[in-house]
Amino acid sequence: MPLSTQSQTDDAQYILVASLDNARNISNILKAITFKDHAIFSATPNGLKVTVEDSKCLQANAFIQADIFQEYTIKEDSVGFQINLTVLLDCLTIFGGSTVPGVSTALRMCYMGYGYPLTLFLEEGGVVTVCKINTQEPEEPIDFDFCSSNVTNKVILQSESLKEAFSELDMTSEVLQITMSPSQPYFRLSTFGNSGNAHYDYPKDSDMMELFQCTKTQINRYKMSLLKPSTKALALSCKVSVRTDSRGFLSLQYLVRNDDGQICFVEYYCCPDEEVGED
Amino acid sequence: MDCVVTGGNVKVLAKAIHSLSRIGDELYLEPQEDGLTLRSVNSSRSAYACFLFAPLFFSRYVIPDGHGFRCKMAIKSVQAVFRSLATLEKTVEKCHIELDGDRNRLTFTLHCKHGLLKTHNLSFQDSESLQAVFDKDSSTNVLKAQPRVLVDTVLNFPPSLEEVTVTVSNERVWFRNHVDQEAEPSKAMLTELCLSADEFDHFEVRAQSSVTFCLKELRGLLVFAESTGLPISMYFAEPGRPVVLSVTDSVLDGNFVLATLSDELGVRQQNSKRACTPPPPTDDFMNDELESYLIAMDTSIATGPSVPEAVLAPLLPSRAGSPPAKPDPRSTIHSEREEDSMEEEVEDLGRPPNKKFRSLFFGSVYPTGSPLSSRTMTSQKVLASDSEDDT
Repeated sequence: MPLSTQSQTDDAQYILVASLDNARNISNILKAITFKDHAIFSATPNGLKVTVEDSKCLQANAFIQADIFQEYTIKEDSVGFQINLTVLLDCLTIFGGSTVPGVSTALRMCYMGYGYPLTLFLEEGGVVTVCKINTQEPEEPIDFDFCSSNVTNKVILQSESLKEAFSELDMTSEVLQITMSPSQPYFRLSTFGNSGNAHYDYPKDSDMMELFQCTKTQINRYKMSLLKPSTKALALSCKVSVRTDSRGFLSLQYLVRNDDGQICFVEYYCCPDEEVGED
Repeated sequence: MDCVVTGGNVKVLAKAIHSLSRIGDELYLEPQEDGLTLRSVNSSRSAYACFLFAPLFFSRYVIPDGHGFRCKMAIKSVQAVFRSLATLEKTVEKCHIELDGDRNRLTFTLHCKHGLLKTHNLSFQDSESLQAVFDKDSSTNVLKAQPRVLVDTVLNFPPSLEEVTVTVSNERVWFRNHVDQEAEPSKAMLTELCLSADEFDHFEVRAQSSVTFCLKELRGLLVFAESTGLPISMYFAEPGRPVVLSVTDSVLDGNFVLATLSDELGVRQQNSKRACTPPPPTDDFMNDELESYLIAMDTSIATGPSVPEAVLAPLLPSRAGSPPAKPDPRSTIHSEREEDSMEEEVEDLGRPPNKKFRSLFFGSVYPTGSPLSSRTMTSQKVLASDSEDDT
């Protein structure tokens, strides 16, 4: 195993080492949050959290639990750095990111600490590539202060039904309006485009609705341009939880099953666009 | 207006709208006693399509009383309602089309599986009636074929091909890509297919002729015909007169009217030693179709003016004031050219040469007296096919 022999000697210096048989398990989930170049990595003994933000209004987090990795060693309570996500993804798919079963890229990801580059050892079919990506000073991710105790409305849907709606959304509409209500129309997505408006209504007793907990009617608008990136996560996911809190902040949580059947989560937070005026 | 479409008919409606979107940018919608009509016309008015869905097509069909309601809207927005054609059949159970007169909205509601309800409120504009004047009965030639036959034929042409020439004889039909006059002869490729009469469900040729029209719209209709399995009838007479492609069923009726290239082009092509409307080969050459066809072509060029009469005949009568037919096609063209430049000096600027599609005549599109109505005359020539701008 070229990977293990090569890095054995250096292992002691690294404060973070994570190995994975199939790099696609991590590259796929990172793709789901790639809408800006810069990503904040924060590693804890529980796993890896990768955060991408836009305009101080949108935050996406990918959670990769420690047990997704075949090896996960961390010597500090918390390790943080910022990195160019596009470059990282390019490296992770440096062998072409083949989807042929049985062909996979093995990955070993090492970090020596503050100021050091993130080192990737990638191996496929006996060929090893070593990538060193410079890290940057980690920024503090925005705290959206979204806590479950403040959640007003919550629905869990099978992603299938939302995929259809999101693929058909009228992109000439500047906003996506989400209505959640204990009474009709229960859960509604609305767009207001050039040629008119469109509503997608999901009844609370639909087969697609796994959970429906709405306590109060809420109508909030979110910028379409901000929500657009979340469709990448939606496409990968099998279930999605849609929550709004009392301030109208939106949380979208996606349950993603990887090639090996393991579960990861991707989460999007989005600020509401404005107070809803008259329609 | 209050219509309900259920089951497989939703897909039929959706396919009709998609095929209309190949024609123009706007959808004209008119609910009438005898059914709902959906129409579209291209910007150069050389292609027009109309679908009539009989009341029986719907599970509910209620139209407003009193004065006729008509509207037009961007076809893209209606297409968006039926965006995912592939899943439509599986997911949509019912489609409800309703006119909200108060808010000036036309509402399409799709009732989908799992209780999902998709409501599209589309804004519309009032419109005049759109009606192309065409007469299928006056066509000398009528061909009717299963969609598969035509789909397989059209598949042989590259997607970039704009126009196709259809030539008929008593027993056969030739489909040939139309090579533009401007095209470099050494780079031009000619693809020709010959279908025998027995490939067709109905084959009626009273006058041998050859017409050239746009492929884009035909492709649009083929998509519809193929999904509904309806045979396509093709009505045409002579170059310059529109070709009508129609599909008919007990509950629906679709007509695509396409302008054809007027014939002077054909003669010019002959002059420039290129094939366009050579006499169809005779039965003796059954086994070696293309070669014999080339031989026939060569002879016709060698003998110069002896172009078959069927080709020359339609050239002149439609144009008042043209000089009487002369045996030499060169002189004929010359005089036509002069006349053109006098008549349409302004329009000639920047007009692609030799692409003369006759516009279809839309009687009541414009209120009489509008500046456009005087221009929309039966013999008006259109710059070129709409498909040119798109590609």
